[in-house]
Amino acid sequence: MTQKSTGGDVRLSGISKTYGSFTAVHPLDLTVPQGSFFALLGASGCGKTTTLRMIAGLEDPTTGTVFLGDRDVTELPPYKRPVNTVFQSYALFPHLDIYENVAFGLRRRGIKSVKKQVGEMLDLVQLGDFARRKPHQLSGGQQQRVAVARALINHPQVLLLDEPLGALDLKLRRQMQLELKRIQTEVGITFIHVTHDQEEAMTMADTVAVMNAGRVEQLGAPAELYEHPRSTFVANFLGTSNLIEAEVVESGGTGPGAEIAVTAGGGKLRLPAGRSSAGGGSVGSKLLVGVRPEKISLALAEEAGSVPDGRNTVTGRIAASSFIGVSTQYVVDSPVGQGLEVYVQNTEHRDGLAPGADVVLHWNPDHTFGLDAAQDRTAGTEKVEDAT
Amino acid sequence: MSTSTLTEAPPPVPQPQSPEQPVRRTVPTRRRLVPYLLLLPGILWLVVFFALPLVYQASTSVQTGSLEEGFEVTWHFQTYWEALQEYYPQFIRSLLYAGTATVLCLLLGYPLAYLIAFKAGRWRNLLLVLVIAPFFTSFLIRTLAWKTILADGGAVVGALDALHVLDVTNWLGWTEGNRVLATPMAVVTGLTYNFLPFMILPLYTSLERIDGKLHEAAKDLYASPATTFRKVTFPLSMPGVVSGTLLTFIPASGDYVNAELLGSTDTKMVGNVIQSQFLRVLDYPTAAALSFILMAIVLLMVTVYIRRSGTEDLL
Repeated sequence: MTQKSTGGDVRLSGISKTYGSFTAVHPLDLTVPQGSFFALLGASGCGKTTTLRMIAGLEDPTTGTVFLGDRDVTELPPYKRPVNTVFQSYALFPHLDIYENVAFGLRRRGIKSVKKQVGEMLDLVQLGDFARRKPHQLSGGQQQRVAVARALINHPQVLLLDEPLGALDLKLRRQMQLELKRIQTEVGITFIHVTHDQEEAMTMADTVAVMNAGRVEQLGAPAELYEHPRSTFVANFLGTSNLIEAEVVESGGTGPGAEIAVTAGGGKLRLPAGRSSAGGGSVGSKLLVGVRPEKISLALAEEAGSVPDGRNTVTGRIAASSFIGVSTQYVVDSPVGQGLEVYVQNTEHRDGLAPGADVVLHWNPDHTFGLDAAQDRTAGTEKVEDAT
Repeated sequence: MSTSTLTEAPPPVPQPQSPEQPVRRTVPTRRRLVPYLLLLPGILWLVVFFALPLVYQASTSVQTGSLEEGFEVTWHFQTYWEALQEYYPQFIRSLLYAGTATVLCLLLGYPLAYLIAFKAGRWRNLLLVLVIAPFFTSFLIRTLAWKTILADGGAVVGALDALHVLDVTNWLGWTEGNRVLATPMAVVTGLTYNFLPFMILPLYTSLERIDGKLHEAAKDLYASPATTFRKVTFPLSMPGVVSGTLLTFIPASGDYVNAELLGSTDTKMVGNVIQSQFLRVLDYPTAAALSFILMAIVLLMVTVYIRRSGTEDLL
């Protein structure tokens, strides 16, 4: 993050990979700025690992070019690329101790005195006391840190992480996310991180590329992707979205503050024209209107008058509720759609919000987004918790 | 024998009248016995067919006498010394032939095992079947077949002669007078052929177990393919190398069939001496002493070898 030159950018140009008739990665252009923490996010089989392996040189691209800075490395074998990988299963050498595992890359490059560097690196990952242990004597989290140290010690131009936290339990994963982020900030090396865990990607990465079926669906900062999804896949894969099929009744202009109005289930909803990835739309055309569950407030039907003017409102009936602790999650059936999700912070006790109650859902129109109605509304909803 | 012992431990009968406590106590006792019961058939087999004959041979080796007058235990340890003095050339030859055959097996077997483990793809199972295919024919018949293969005036000898290989091997003393049969080379060739599968299979097993990700990791960490092999693949295949060499060297050093069928009087190994002492000369003490000396030498060598290869924990 400290360096901002283009000298070390990773640039993929028209890169693709096909296995027989199966296309794992469609021609892809991608630039990862030097020093950034970049995440490739997607379900298993979306091509993210193949993309990573092509950068590492472990997979030959069918078409396209891989640039590291200005250098074309497409034809270079992996052992000649200034790139190192943290493998999904760590792939630590079982016959070598931790010290020798970490020193492996340095020794291969003919560096004789490795002691100081290995010591420093083991300290960085807080494993100084474990130098003479064998990998199988370490816990999963410790092995993971050895894998990071073994790659980082070579000061690669780019560090590739292939589902590095996939094998860890949830608590340890959280801890390692922060740890990796700390290390990345400390060393300032470009990290490209492949994961199927949207939370992990959003926690750690500066920029996230959401991949689906061999293509990048959308690329941007985590908050941007979350607030401005441009496809149903992104809307559903990152967090949860309520998607409502609607018809445009007032097409918005192009200026700032222009609004689109739509009807859904007999009610009228509004959204900023700038938040519709399908454009302003012409009157009578279809539009998918989306809103995140935590943006929605709930009011009982009899209190509908207390809803401030200017908010999008939808009536419905609570079908289910579950108490999560910090919030309560409601499932609401309404004329605009079945199973709308609403998350309400447990800031105060609310009587009457129980299954069967008639309610009004209301939210700020600015939190509404619009998507092209031609897409599969459920894309990205089947989340794979663990790709392994 | 083992069946009667097994029936002694009855299956746990549910005892409805007793409370939970006593039933619980009997189950662990049974569990503790199970390992011993499972060991029993094997142990009995070893005692009857290995330990007892070993003791019998040990006692034979310190007996004196003759077939006519009978043998008697006289604690005549002198036999060992005499046997060693008289037959040390055969001992040296045995170890030399077995050692050479083992090295040749390793040189021939490693590339093949490597190919089957990493490069064979869908041919893998077929190749493994081919490796063990020779076992479908008797050991003796296969060795006899080599007599034809290596016969004077045969294609192999002709080819070696034409390529002037025989000039080199003659000079080295491996062959003699433009023939291969009845020379050390024939015996070593036979040994190598017969024990090759015992080298390939453990090598294959240990190579096949290596996680392919480790090769990728090595490549990723600046190791060229050759360095990857030297620093990762080969060290990780050491358990296979050790067990393969042991499975080849130990039986090869005691073998007498190859020397008998493919060799001459100048290529006699210890196995041949033991065989003739037992069956022709009928000097049982000397034969038994020779067996024990061979066993001691092999045990000593194997111990040193395993220690030095540092694979105790891998075996």
